[in-house]
Amino acid sequence: MIKPNRLPGEQYAENFSDIHPPFETTDAALVEANRCLFCYDAPCMKSCPTGIDVPKFIKQIATDNIKGSAHTIFSSNIMGAGCSKVCPVEKLCEGACVYNFMEEKPISIAKLQRYSTEKAMAANWQLFTRKESNGKKVAIVGAGPAGLSCAHVLSREGIDVTIFEKESKGGGLMTYGIAAYKVTPQFCEDEVNYILGIGGIEIKYNQELGKNISLDELQKNFDAVYLGIGVGLARQLEIPGEELEGVEDAIKFIYDIRDKGFDKVAVGDKVAVIGMGMTAIDAATQAKRLGAKQVTMVYRRTEMEKPCTQVELDIAKLDGCEIIWLAAPKEIIGENNKVKQLVCSKMILGEPDASGRRSPVDTGETFTLDVDMVIKAAGQMPFEDLVNEIKIQNSKGKISTDNNSSTNITGVFAGGDAVNGGKEVVDAVQAGKDGAASILSYLGIKN
Amino acid sequence: MADISSNFLGIKSPNPFWLASAPPTDKKINVLRAFEAGWGGVVWKTLGSQVKNVSSRYSAVNFGGRKMMGFNNIELISDRPLNINLKEIGECLKLFPDRAMVVSLMADNDKNSWHELIKKVEDTGAHGLELNFGCPHGMTERGMGAAVGQDPEIARMVVEWVMEAAHIPVITKLTPNVHSVVPTGKAVVEAGTNALSLINTIQSITGIDLDTLVPNPYVAGKSVFGGYCGPAVKPIALKMLTTIAQDPTTSKVPVSGIGGVSTWKDAVEFLLLGASNVQVCTAAMNHGFRIVEDMCEGMNNWMDEKGFKTLDDFIGKSVEKITHWENLDINYHHIAKINPDKCIRCGLCYIACEDASHQSINMEYGKPYNTYTIKEEECVGCNLCQLVCPVNECITMVEHRVAPEYLNWIEFQKRGLPLNDH
Repeated sequence: MIKPNRLPGEQYAENFSDIHPPFETTDAALVEANRCLFCYDAPCMKSCPTGIDVPKFIKQIATDNIKGSAHTIFSSNIMGAGCSKVCPVEKLCEGACVYNFMEEKPISIAKLQRYSTEKAMAANWQLFTRKESNGKKVAIVGAGPAGLSCAHVLSREGIDVTIFEKESKGGGLMTYGIAAYKVTPQFCEDEVNYILGIGGIEIKYNQELGKNISLDELQKNFDAVYLGIGVGLARQLEIPGEELEGVEDAIKFIYDIRDKGFDKVAVGDKVAVIGMGMTAIDAATQAKRLGAKQVTMVYRRTEMEKPCTQVELDIAKLDGCEIIWLAAPKEIIGENNKVKQLVCSKMILGEPDASGRRSPVDTGETFTLDVDMVIKAAGQMPFEDLVNEIKIQNSKGKISTDNNSSTNITGVFAGGDAVNGGKEVVDAVQAGKDGAASILSYLGIKN
Repeated sequence: MADISSNFLGIKSPNPFWLASAPPTDKKINVLRAFEAGWGGVVWKTLGSQVKNVSSRYSAVNFGGRKMMGFNNIELISDRPLNINLKEIGECLKLFPDRAMVVSLMADNDKNSWHELIKKVEDTGAHGLELNFGCPHGMTERGMGAAVGQDPEIARMVVEWVMEAAHIPVITKLTPNVHSVVPTGKAVVEAGTNALSLINTIQSITGIDLDTLVPNPYVAGKSVFGGYCGPAVKPIALKMLTTIAQDPTTSKVPVSGIGGVSTWKDAVEFLLLGASNVQVCTAAMNHGFRIVEDMCEGMNNWMDEKGFKTLDDFIGKSVEKITHWENLDINYHHIAKINPDKCIRCGLCYIACEDASHQSINMEYGKPYNTYTIKEEECVGCNLCQLVCPVNECITMVEHRVAPEYLNWIEFQKRGLPLNDH
């Protein structure tokens, strides 16, 4: 049965507490900071999409220059605080740490980054000064990581920025699309406010492109437009029974947990999650943490090809989620219009596909799981209809840009998930920086 | 098992590890704990006219997250009544007759004061005396401590007074706060001291509180120069010890080595450069007396591995390896070699060589890992890359002699060989 409020209040608090707790003491942070070798042309830095000077900011913790440390981080990544909580660092900076070659634990870069950035946010150190307004105005659509990052760079250069956000809160997927045990809604709100602290950026909430606002209007009223609209729609399974009550989109499920509160979100007794990406993990683990008795993750390839990281998979396993590899959903069977069973095809791996991974092939055999809820996390779809409507050149909904983040329409730029189809927060932050650099150049402003 | 027992001027101890004259040897309770822990001997904290100490007294230099790389103090000699110290010395001697008991002395600056003090100390049954000519703070303003040790003639005079009265071995402790320890060393040896010990602490300021702007250690808004010691001073102590071992006069007497000894390896180094035993303080103040266990075991294992049966088998063995620069072999050359299998791609060797040495390391860009190799023709063999490399035996220095025969600088000049050969 699908129902909310399965657990006592304190159990929710425990289940959704911070999965990567911060350093409890300054001493603990110092011990870790002093382990850092201060590599030259450091692999960690080169593995960060935003190129944070990791050795420098860690050294600054060790020298008791926390303000400098936070400045180093935010200079490259204005969402450095959030990224310290949500980045899959095992495949980025920490995965590249040279200690891995020594069979030593890599430096806890994320935890150290969190140490400095949390102090900066708590004390509201405004580490950047906005240049005097130069009268130029830029509109940004979407207050997610790409939009906020772009806005911050532009504001530093004296541009007046207006962000149009369709939700009632900023932060985008950081606020709405990530497991609550990684970042809390309060943190996301604080982070947005901290970024806005520089001034010169106004967010207009509940403003959706194609509904309340039009691209024409933005082009008319602003000197340039940046589209950081992200992705949103869950990929459909396109199998029978998908319309049944109890079939839910992982993005919406995660969104509701963030938006409504833990006890308000209904979850089944036996839940199947389709997919093995980061979103699938976030959905599966949170279904379990909301009180589902049994959660089964179904993925059509093997562990070798999984899109999530090992660390993420381990979280799901430790939460007691079961994993079935080489299984593709074939049909959802209902009773009284409610989910009752999930029929899966058994797969084997065939030839490599375009992604270079061996593609799954149906063996013709099937098996059936008794479930009362199916969460779809088989990838997200870009807003294809919307971008077609506003006549932006795209590839299956993904906005096409040149090397300068420019779309086919002069003065209209884009970046982040809307362009790349869905990557990490940190990739979107870098896209925002790149977009801002192109806009500055377009507007003839040197930075 | 090697024999690590020590015989210093007839003062026997089961091992060569003594605690230096300092707070850990200030009173019976500490000294008994030290003996129970296994220390071979102690030099009881300096006795003289009773003094008054201040609060606070110590400060330290931390480095790279490690505490107390260097340590300093502004404490004076014993601030306890003389008769209590003497009584406790006697009691410790009775309880641990197999351990060395040397008493540090700093009498007022007249012959009678020295004679009276020596008599009282000898009455306790102590095995030896150590003359504190080194304390660099507090006592110097009163014309004692380092004020004596810094002037060879005053030091000679005081040692002559002492030798008139002493019946037990006398060790004179030298101050490093001089351009060379040899002049005072020579003077006191000529005046009859039976042995030397060095170094005492080095005048220092360890740091400043960046909020109050008051240097450390803090005493009601002020500070004074303190005596510096601990691991940071070891290289200076070893150099000074070597100059004593090289001088024909001072090398005649045994030396007790002091200055940053923290491990058995440090102790072995002091002995190799001519010390007959070592005195330890900061390491014990940092970690407690238990450190002596590994000091004994480590030295013993090393001696077994090297085939040394007694301490005398290796005392002074490295002295002859220190020469004058002009005697060094100019034809010796070695070149760094990076083992690619061990390299962790941290780039520390590259940036050190590039920014601070001879641009002899090649960097091949990679994302995220660069590859580093030595430009053999550019490498001067300075060791910097090897020193900064965090991986053991990743960078080795491989011998590539310029020519087979020994050639020193004097000969090089005589032959008029070219300087601009690279």
